[in-house]
Amino acid sequence: MMLEVMEVKKSFDGHEILKGIDMTVNKGDVAAILGPSGSGKTTLLRCLNFLEKADSGEMIFDGEHFDMRSAKRREIARIRSKTAFVFQNYNLFLNKNVLNNVTLGLMTAGKMHKAEAKDRAMNALEKVGMADKASSYPSQLSGGQQQRVAIARGLAQDPEIIYFDEPTSALDPELIGEVLTVMRKLADEGMTMLVVTHEMEFARSVSNHVLFMDEGKVVEQGPSAEFFAHPKEQRSRDFINTILSKNGNITE
Amino acid sequence: MNDRVWRILIDSFPKLVGYAVKVTVPLTVLSFALAMAISVAVAFIQYAKVKVLSGLCRFYIWIIRGTPLLVQLYLVFYGMPSIGIVLEAFPAAVIVLGFNEGAYMAESVRGALDSVNVGQVEAGYCVRMNYLQIMTHIVFPQAFRVAFPALSNSLISMVKSTSLAATITVMEMFRQAQVINGRVYESLALYTEVALIYLAICTILTFLQHWGEKKLARFGGNKA
Repeated sequence: MMLEVMEVKKSFDGHEILKGIDMTVNKGDVAAILGPSGSGKTTLLRCLNFLEKADSGEMIFDGEHFDMRSAKRREIARIRSKTAFVFQNYNLFLNKNVLNNVTLGLMTAGKMHKAEAKDRAMNALEKVGMADKASSYPSQLSGGQQQRVAIARGLAQDPEIIYFDEPTSALDPELIGEVLTVMRKLADEGMTMLVVTHEMEFARSVSNHVLFMDEGKVVEQGPSAEFFAHPKEQRSRDFINTILSKNGNITE
Repeated sequence: MNDRVWRILIDSFPKLVGYAVKVTVPLTVLSFALAMAISVAVAFIQYAKVKVLSGLCRFYIWIIRGTPLLVQLYLVFYGMPSIGIVLEAFPAAVIVLGFNEGAYMAESVRGALDSVNVGQVEAGYCVRMNYLQIMTHIVFPQAFRVAFPALSNSLISMVKSTSLAATITVMEMFRQAQVINGRVYESLALYTEVALIYLAICTILTFLQHWGEKKLARFGGNKA
């Protein structure tokens, strides 16, 4: 087991966004977090990497136990050293070129030598098909390219798990495919991934585990084949039907 | 214009330029360096929302921006001695000019820091960088580019503000022009001459600003 969280709660301004989330991700899992907007998916993901501090909750990560509210700086650093986070808006460092976007963390936080960091960065960029753009700046790239660089930046950290926060939501439709292709490739290589997404086709065909959230709670979770074929809860059925009627591209 | 006026202008020119080089420029450089240090510190304290100090910084900006530079110069140079703080004219001018422009620049720098989207800071944390590393490698370089035009403005403004130091007995270029004029009574000619020298200095700085902006623009746009 890679990651388990229990009873994660989080409120903003008295409004409860997460109402006690329990979740398990196994090593090699590609888990999709689905749900309508405002259901708390992104907040959950951010809490897992301590970009938000949960009001309460416990986490077992890679065999180690953490309190999500009071985790110390050093503990957070330990967790982050085994995770990567891919943002909806890529969040590349705009003053750094592609190569330096990937090497910066390795060299500053990781104290890695330049040559080694560059090697590792080029490997990661190769994997996402962005090696030829190593000296470009983010502003010279399309959204899809920027997101692939962001994935490479995460990969270079050599993570145990990668968190994706709606990685294709900010992209023009014709650019979504190239990012999903990269993610599919990572899944095939056995990378553990937790993906907040609205891409039903991706969730259905790539993820092996689905977590359906609504109004700050996990409504249903289980193997994705089962979830899409026989959703147990009414709300899951409604959600799948809504998406189906919108896209009409999920066929069983 | 007759020969006498021409001769006065030609004779006074090297003297005035001499004072520009010996006093006006150093006064500007020192004051601007002080203002820069103050503004970065004040802006950063507010950006990082440091308790108590943030309030003090806002108080400082409020006081400085709400009172005239000339009054501040008088207060420090003529007023402070009565509470036992006696400063030479030149350092008094540096301190007042530095603290004065620093307040305006602090607002420029704070705005620039805020313009760097917080997502990049989060991305920095996610690759395990610490706050200081994120600030020095990501936020400050980008903020500097955003603040650069406003800071150039402040520098140019400061060149001209140094002429006010004449009022607290600093013998700088404008004061020198006054002294010469006291002997020859050619106000129009002499003050036009001194204005043109200020204009020349500011023109050079304007060129430097454009050159600097081009250099900094090589990262491409600052899109979020």
